[in-house]
Amino acid sequence: MYPPKKALTFLRWFCREDCLEEIEGDLTEVFRKEYVHAPRKAKLKYCWRVISYFRPEYIKSFRNHHANTYGMYGSYFKTGWRNLVRNKGYSFINVGGLAMGMTVALLIGLWIYDELSFNKYYANYETIGQVWAGGTDPETSVIEGNVAIQYPVSSVLRNAYQHYFKHVLTAWWITDYTISAGDNKFIKKGEFIDEGVLEMLSLRMLRGTHASLNDPHSIVLSESAAKALFGSDDPMNKTLKIDNRIDVQVTGVYEDIPRNNHFSEVDFFSPWKLWASSNNWIKEAESNWDNRSFNVYVQLQPHTTTDEANAVIHDFYYHNLPNDFIKEAVKYKTFAQIVPMRAWHLYTEFVDGKPVGGGITFIWLFGLVGIFVLLLACINFINLSTARSEKRARETGIRKAIGSVKSQLVGQFLSESFLVVLFAFGLSIMLAVLLLPSFNELADKDIIVPFHSPVFWSGILAFLTITTLLSGLYPAFYLSSFEPARVLKGAIRPGRFAALPRKMLVIVQFSVSVILVIGTLIVYQQIQHARNRPIGYDRQNLISVRMTDPSFRDKYDVVRDELVRTGFVSETAFSDNPLTMAWNNYGGFDWKGKDPNADADFTLCYVSDTYGKAIAWQIVGGRDFDKRLAGDSAAIIVNEAAVKYMNLKDPVGEFVRDARGTKLEIIGVVKDLIMQSPYEPVKQTMFTWNKYASSNIIIRIKDTDRPAEAVAGIEAVFKRIVPTAGFDYQFVDDEYSKKFSQEERIGKLSRIFAVLAIFISGLGLFGLASFVAEQRTKEIGIRKVMGASVLGLVQMLSRDFLLLVVISCFIAVPIAYYFMSRWLEMYQYRVAISGWIFLLTGTGALVITLLTVSVHAVKAALTNPVKSLRSE
Amino acid sequence: MTNHSLGEFEELVLLMVAAQHDEAYGVSILENLEEKLNRKVNISAIHVALKRMEDKGFVKSRFGGITEDRGGRRKKFYVITALGKRMLDKQYELRTSIYKKIPKISFG
Repeated sequence: MYPPKKALTFLRWFCREDCLEEIEGDLTEVFRKEYVHAPRKAKLKYCWRVISYFRPEYIKSFRNHHANTYGMYGSYFKTGWRNLVRNKGYSFINVGGLAMGMTVALLIGLWIYDELSFNKYYANYETIGQVWAGGTDPETSVIEGNVAIQYPVSSVLRNAYQHYFKHVLTAWWITDYTISAGDNKFIKKGEFIDEGVLEMLSLRMLRGTHASLNDPHSIVLSESAAKALFGSDDPMNKTLKIDNRIDVQVTGVYEDIPRNNHFSEVDFFSPWKLWASSNNWIKEAESNWDNRSFNVYVQLQPHTTTDEANAVIHDFYYHNLPNDFIKEAVKYKTFAQIVPMRAWHLYTEFVDGKPVGGGITFIWLFGLVGIFVLLLACINFINLSTARSEKRARETGIRKAIGSVKSQLVGQFLSESFLVVLFAFGLSIMLAVLLLPSFNELADKDIIVPFHSPVFWSGILAFLTITTLLSGLYPAFYLSSFEPARVLKGAIRPGRFAALPRKMLVIVQFSVSVILVIGTLIVYQQIQHARNRPIGYDRQNLISVRMTDPSFRDKYDVVRDELVRTGFVSETAFSDNPLTMAWNNYGGFDWKGKDPNADADFTLCYVSDTYGKAIAWQIVGGRDFDKRLAGDSAAIIVNEAAVKYMNLKDPVGEFVRDARGTKLEIIGVVKDLIMQSPYEPVKQTMFTWNKYASSNIIIRIKDTDRPAEAVAGIEAVFKRIVPTAGFDYQFVDDEYSKKFSQEERIGKLSRIFAVLAIFISGLGLFGLASFVAEQRTKEIGIRKVMGASVLGLVQMLSRDFLLLVVISCFIAVPIAYYFMSRWLEMYQYRVAISGWIFLLTGTGALVITLLTVSVHAVKAALTNPVKSLRSE
Repeated sequence: MTNHSLGEFEELVLLMVAAQHDEAYGVSILENLEEKLNRKVNISAIHVALKRMEDKGFVKSRFGGITEDRGGRRKKFYVITALGKRMLDKQYELRTSIYKKIPKISFG
């Protein structure tokens, strides 16, 4: 006997309220009368009649008649402002905490933007790439490879594949060279590369053109290098000398490449042909498929994608290798690919031959940290506003009674949050500008705040909106949901679970903070662990000087004698690579008991006889080189890793055959020397005594308080003996420390973030505790009157908060453990995660909580109950 | 300001309101009209007419008590106003005067 529900709902929805009563009533009456005769027909007729009322006269207005709401917003901001001013402490916590969170988010955002815009300076960003070649190790089936390419590759690519590549450029590695302009010498970074580079990178030429490198003896300088070399003089057509042996003439100057670009550190470009003709071994490598030492950069033809090019050159080696190399290529499943420019910076780690990891991990990591720190600050805002809701409840009630609808109240509270966010943003912009220089130093960047960029401001707008919504949405809905009748009666009794969301948010805050702190501690431990790793020699007071100038030839003994005569130097030695690097790897070695199928790959260091003495390595078996024994020129000293690798019981006196068949006697074994990454196992290494081990001199200076003086003395000797060479020296322990720079940077940044996170969380807790203490003033007064002790009261007030922090510790520990053990897996040489870190962090968090909370608890507990009970 | 004309259907409804003095509401008007006219009338047409006449001041309304067979909704009773009555009289006079001018016509 009831009319169709949907039709009725529809009627009620659209019909004017003043007509509804009559219409609905009449319709129902008619319906009932008809229903008796023909129920189905009655229903149909009812529906039809409802539809016939759907006409302008009966449809209610769905528009809200707020002709001018600006005044309303003005009022919202006014009340918001009054609220801020009235509760200064609470506003300070909100604005201050948010400002801190926003500063962190802002700085991280700028950093991420800078990282992502890497290499975008180049107009051909999308089409530039570098050739990478690799293969699968048949024993371990790990795919490995790198960008060191054979010389002939580039000419084949240029001639047989020109359909795909616009530019194919052979290049040497970016290294230091001594540039002499007349009598002045400078150490400058340079790149020898085919002449198309200027066009490929579309460098902005201040002098000369993109054809400036076509002359085989040309050099093109960066603006800053030109200024350093020639001051305000015109650099064009001036002659320079590279490493005191290659004559060049300046044919162009280009605008400095901004720092967040590949090649930005390069001070000059010179033609590849010049480098090839200046080095005999390169000339010999021109048709040599055995020597992988060169870089090949390419630019794709327009309309060719990287994937297309990759598909074509994947089997490059099978098609182009000479026959006697094919077997090897098949064994190793050799393949080639183009690494696109967009992957050069953030995707430097290869997994299964694909660029997938690297800096991008840190983008994600820091991005997450930024979001979390901001979230912590937003949580403070949420918690403080909802906790203090009682204070605003009456206002809500009155506003509702006067006629505000819920959406208006939500708007009001949101505009209040926006006000706070706006204040915080003003503060955080100031803070960011102030902190940017130190942040740049820490992150090793040149970031500026792009105030003039519209993209930046639209980003900021989005950022402000998100922060406002994040922090304001929940309180706005919470506060506007009070029922006016109950609120105005003064009875808002929050239910037992009213504080639950608040508690959960506190748990989130502390979990995040504790995770960050644990992470920081483990990063720090790992760095310390690697730093304390025995490195096999004494790196203090060691100086390494590069000697690439040909004039050094035949002067080694003189240099050595003169250096010792200065009185600063106790020992010198020569070697072909600096102590902190190992460049030469050779295969094809053979020894007694070697597995015939195994690779026999060793790092080889050519050193002079005094090398061991100079660096103070530790001999564990046999003896050091001896100049007086002629046979020692065919002798080698191996490290412990090599002994293990060769599986020799008694290595001293054994013989090793190199690829040419020369017999080398092992005369000594030394402790492993860490020359490469301190996080990886030391590679099997042989040291051979070689007179031509000459590109570096290692100088041990006597223990002195004034190392600068010693350096000056040494430099004087070099200047006197080889005046043409620049003095390019490094302290070995500084170079060694650089191996940690990446990890230290992460360590420092995460330390800052962790401290901030804890601080912001503590700030929030501080606010909450003060609120709770205030709320329970009367209760505390009564309890005191009844005889409660101060300690008991403090305990009562702190217990809840401590419980929350304990819960967050239990949440944080497994998460932190999981992520940190995954991070540590990146390192071969790593610290074991020990339980005390978790214990320490947990205790620390509890202590901080206790300190924060007990300030209020103690204050509340000490108040004279007369005071607290008398009011009202 | 207001349009004081009276449509044909409106006149019928107004007559009915006047006839059922103080007892006229939507459904009663509908039923009586249907009976007199001997055809189906849409109730929405009656409501529209009542609403327009109320706006013009020909009828006024009041709410009655709640009855069960109306789903808990009150009846809205309509009463003719003095203005409405005058309007009916005017219409009646107009028609009668014109009617009287009809000569005796034989349709034999």
